[in-house]
Amino acid sequence: MITAFADPYDGLFNLQRALEERTKSEWLQNQTSSQGPFPPINVFQQGDEILAIIELPGIDKNDLQIQAKENTIRISGKKVVNYPESSVHRRERVFGEFDRTLSLPVQIDPDGIKAEYRDGVLALFLPRSEREKPRTIKIS
Amino acid sequence: MTERQQLQVQKKREQEKREETTIPARVFLPTTDIYEAQDALTVILEMPGVEKSNVSVGVENGVLNVEGRLDLSKYQGLQPLYIEYNIGHYSRSFHLSSKIDQGKIEAAMKDGVLSLTLPKVEEAKPRTISVG
Repeated sequence: MITAFADPYDGLFNLQRALEERTKSEWLQNQTSSQGPFPPINVFQQGDEILAIIELPGIDKNDLQIQAKENTIRISGKKVVNYPESSVHRRERVFGEFDRTLSLPVQIDPDGIKAEYRDGVLALFLPRSEREKPRTIKIS
Repeated sequence: MTERQQLQVQKKREQEKREETTIPARVFLPTTDIYEAQDALTVILEMPGVEKSNVSVGVENGVLNVEGRLDLSKYQGLQPLYIEYNIGHYSRSFHLSSKIDQGKIEAAMKDGVLSLTLPKVEEAKPRTISVG
C-alpha cells in the first residue's frame, strides 16, 4: 500500500477555493464544463421567456423550495438517497443539501413564474417583466 | 475553518463508442448506485428527463443493457443562454454474474430514477445452518 503524505497546502487551497466560489457570480461564467455546484442548470431563451432547466432526479417535491425576487431565482432543498442495510458496491450518485442562486440579466415577473417537475427535470418558465419589454415607437 | 463544501456535480461521462450511431444526439452514462442485500442486487440509475415509456431494459448473453431516450423535440426552438450540463440519451451495460436469476429481474421508474432489482439465484442466498 502506498502511503502518501497529506499536502500541507491542501487546507489552504481548499479555503481559497471555497472563498472564490462564494464571491463569483454564477451567471455567464466562462466555464462551460459541467462541473460545478449541484444541481446543474441550463438556461434557454424562448422568444421573450427565459427557461431554466435543472436536472434533479429523485427529489421529493416537499424537499424543494424555489424563491424568486427581482432578478434572482433561488433553488434550495435536499436530495435524499437512502439505502437499507446492505453492502454498497458502487456509489456514483450525488446527494445532500443544495442551495443555488441564479441572477438573471433581465427583470422577470415573479408572479408569472411557472415551475414544473417531471421525470427528474425541473423546468422554470420565467416570463420577462412587463416593464422590461421593449416598446416599439411609431414614427408619425 | 470553512463551512461544509458545496455539493459538486460530476461531469456526464460519455459512452465509449462501440459502434457509430445513426442519430445526431450524444449518449451518456447514467450515474449508478449498486448495492447488495441478502436476496437481491439493486441497481439504481439516474436518467433525468427520460419518461417511463422511453426506457428499455434487456438482458442478452449475460449482459444487462439499459437505455433511456430523451424527448429532444422539447428543446427545439430554444436558444441556449447558459449551459452547465450536456443533454443526451443514456445507455449503460453491466455484466451479470451467474448468481443473478436473470428471468426475475424487475424494474421500476420514478422521477427519472430507474431501480432495477436483480434477485439472486436460490443457491446464492446466504443460508443459516443450525447447530444440532
